Amino acid sequence: MTEVSMTVNGKQVSGSVEGRTLLVNFLREDLRLTGTHVGCDTSQCGACQVHVNGVAVKACTMLAADADGAEVTTIEGMANADGSLGTIQQAFQDHHGLQCGFCTPGMVMTAAALLKENPTPSESEIREYLEGNICRCTGYHNIVKAIQAASGQLSPMAAE
Amino acid sequence: MPKDNGIGASPKRREDVRFLTGKGQYTDDINVHGQAYVAFLRSDVAHAKINGIDTSAAQSMPGVVKIFTGADFEGVGGIPCGWQVTDRFGEPMQEPAHPVLAQGKVRHVGDPIAAVVADSLDEARDAAAAIELDLTELPAVVDMVEAVKDGATKVHDDLTSNICYDWGFVEDNREAVDAAIKSAHHVTTLELVNNRLVANPMEPRVALGDYNSGTDDYTLYTTSQNPHVIRLLMGAFVLGIPEHKLRVVAPDVGGGFGTKIFHYAEEAFCTFAAKACGRPVKWTSSRSEAFMSDAHGRDHVTKIELALDENGKFVALRTDTLANMGAYLSTFASSVPTWLHGTLMAGNYTTPLIYVNVKAVFTNTVPVDAYRGAGRPEATFQLERVIDKAARELGIDPIELRRRNFIQPDQFPYATPVAVEYDTGNYEATMSKLEEIADLSDFEARRKESEARGKLRGLGVNCYIEACGIAPSNLVGQLGARAGLYDAATVRVNATGSISVMVGAHSHGQGHETTFPQVVAEMLGIDESMIEIVHGDTAKIPFGMGTYGSRSLAVCGSAMVRATEKIINKAKKIAAHLMEASEADVELANGQFSVAGTDKSVAWGDVTLAAYVPHNYPLEDIEPGLEETAFYDPANFTYPSGAYACEVEVDADTGKVEVMSFAAADDFGNVVNPMIVEGQVHGGLAQGIGQALLENCAYDAEGQLLTGSYMDYAMPRADDMPFYAVDHSCATPCTHNPLGVKGCGEAGAIGSPPAVVNAVIDALHSGGHTHVTHIDMPVSPAR
Repeated sequence: MTEVSMTVNGKQVSGSVEGRTLLVNFLREDLRLTGTHVGCDTSQCGACQVHVNGVAVKACTMLAADADGAEVTTIEGMANADGSLGTIQQAFQDHHGLQCGFCTPGMVMTAAALLKENPTPSESEIREYLEGNICRCTGYHNIVKAIQAASGQLSPMAAE
Repeated sequence: MPKDNGIGASPKRREDVRFLTGKGQYTDDINVHGQAYVAFLRSDVAHAKINGIDTSAAQSMPGVVKIFTGADFEGVGGIPCGWQVTDRFGEPMQEPAHPVLAQGKVRHVGDPIAAVVADSLDEARDAAAAIELDLTELPAVVDMVEAVKDGATKVHDDLTSNICYDWGFVEDNREAVDAAIKSAHHVTTLELVNNRLVANPMEPRVALGDYNSGTDDYTLYTTSQNPHVIRLLMGAFVLGIPEHKLRVVAPDVGGGFGTKIFHYAEEAFCTFAAKACGRPVKWTSSRSEAFMSDAHGRDHVTKIELALDENGKFVALRTDTLANMGAYLSTFASSVPTWLHGTLMAGNYTTPLIYVNVKAVFTNTVPVDAYRGAGRPEATFQLERVIDKAARELGIDPIELRRRNFIQPDQFPYATPVAVEYDTGNYEATMSKLEEIADLSDFEARRKESEARGKLRGLGVNCYIEACGIAPSNLVGQLGARAGLYDAATVRVNATGSISVMVGAHSHGQGHETTFPQVVAEMLGIDESMIEIVHGDTAKIPFGMGTYGSRSLAVCGSAMVRATEKIINKAKKIAAHLMEASEADVELANGQFSVAGTDKSVAWGDVTLAAYVPHNYPLEDIEPGLEETAFYDPANFTYPSGAYACEVEVDADTGKVEVMSFAAADDFGNVVNPMIVEGQVHGGLAQGIGQALLENCAYDAEGQLLTGSYMDYAMPRADDMPFYAVDHSCATPCTHNPLGVKGCGEAGAIGSPPAVVNAVIDALHSGGHTHVTHIDMPVSPAR
């Protein structure tokens, strides 16, 4: 077992893990941050997307031990300080960008990474950036709209 | 001005807040104190005799609690099939045993052979890998055409052949159809494959069994669309647990699309093992496991013949289909290619004579069952493809040919020759709306513009009809269903006026927690925020049949309306007492009870409080409290319909297909929440376009699953899809349910594949490739 410590959503945490323990399992099982989901086992679906040191990472593809000392942000850390939904989260609700909700945490984390890199992405840039996140419910239409809205390119009321 | 509350409004979804903040509670998020973990050892060959299973080395591995094999399930029931189809000779279908863990033989890659319960998942997996198997591999039955030949290797040795049933519908039409086709002016024939798909809800299946030895109570937490169906099937048919001792909980469920309807062996295993091990037992499917254990969808091989007269009127239709059942009969597998498929072959048209033959076939593959649309996409695809081919052969515009054959608005209710009666519809209206929203009059200009860029542009159009709101129990009983198909709701009004509505429907993306309160709020005139929906727990809700077949609002919503009507009736009696008025004069509007023609009124909250604090109350006439339950059994199916258009660009050099636009004009009857309805259509379209262009579940000749992960199975991604143009304004309300709703969940997946393929064929013809009359799905560059 290896001792790891990291900052998750601004809080200092630590634990002991097996060498093979994935970051996503550490988050879900040890820290009980169950908003990060596991949708596949080949790093394709993006349901486990988190930010590690400010970079979008699939938490099923990283060992917990490799995140030792890192700053990790999960979906539980994306709301505003007062608990209200952050801009991207609010845009997803406004534009019906989620149905079953399972891919949603990963979608929000990916959208946040995109808008950090490119604050006003075009439709095709959004669709390309979402290449690593699979949604089976929405047909992506309203996810793309939500990200356009979150980037200020769509009026919040223009949900269609 | 759109409404901002009640029926017809689009309030933001209340369930979104928990999903967007990581606070959803899916089954895998639940841990029960002391739980152990199970890993299944699954067959890696398609067909083999089991000579022996040596668990001795595995047994001594660290953390192992107990190892189970098929022998532990001797005397335990098998996984049942919920629908008995009668073949065209009047005989029941062949129904093989389906043990929880394989006994004697394995019959598909993924068939569970043994299960290791251990303290941790990693320990369970390690030990499962240490089990020694002695198998004798047998020839695999993979190809359906080979499987039905005399002398073919049998998947089940105790059955007479690999044919589950040979179904004819309507059998009495058989000779008349043959004669009409023989003498017809023109016959168009098309052979096609409806490709095997994997539903792939993003949440893999999970089962967590718990047993309380003090009370002899079992609890199963599971990823299900219908917890009561699981309780019934598993309790009564597999494990012999009385229903009052078995609770099934399906909390937040991450998508279903049909594949979470069925009762699976893993659910029975975890419930059984929890008692046997004396601790809770949890199984979480990996995606790789899901590909070889979730029921698959579609997989039909069909020949369809359409006979037309000299005016292009359809005179007869005949189809022959081989439908893959896989290795065992999944819960509703037998009903999909029959009653959910044959009954839809009239489509939107007046074809007077129809005969459908379906042979259901066992193969050494994963069981096949309902996937979004379930039988209706297969019917729509063959019908709308053969019409397109006929239009091309006869030189008639494909839209015009459809129009010549539409059932006309004044013909409803319309009894088809395939045993169903459409209550309402207006196919001309949805087609005209489609022409408008898809801007079809300017298509030729867009085609020229594409040609100028070196691309071939094609337009594909089709119609669809589906039968939803499944279904009248007495009818489905005659057809072989082993369950009733009503639904139920309990409206519990609390003393202070807030309401909990316990519903049999299950929401796994459909937004019931938002839409169902809209209906009750509209009826009572109170704020939606006072109403909460409870679902997904057999300990909390009345016996309901769950969510599938686009039935939630049409069936369970109708039960909720009926229960709310009972509430209103009783509340009016209480209000009449409080106002010292005659009950007949009491009106309810905007959450106020008033007496017509007076200024007397009492508020909703005054009445509800009186019901629970009955100091001034007509106790001699009515009971205290305000809670009502209703069961609703529909009088008929509902029949959503529509017209879809797809435009594609094909790169003539590489064969790459790009979807340029997709438009859908649907008739769902009345709509409670337009935002959610449109979202349902978007998702269905992506699955239908995915089937047409990307998705395919492939086996090799030895029965090895070639597409066992997202590396090999092409899921639609954001950059494969366009924005969709959707419209549901051409509404002909359903005549037999109180809300006039028809259901919208499956339409997109049913209606879209033929439009895509029709568009690709159109594009190729525009480029002079007129020898290409059909390409099987997925229409990939390689094809």
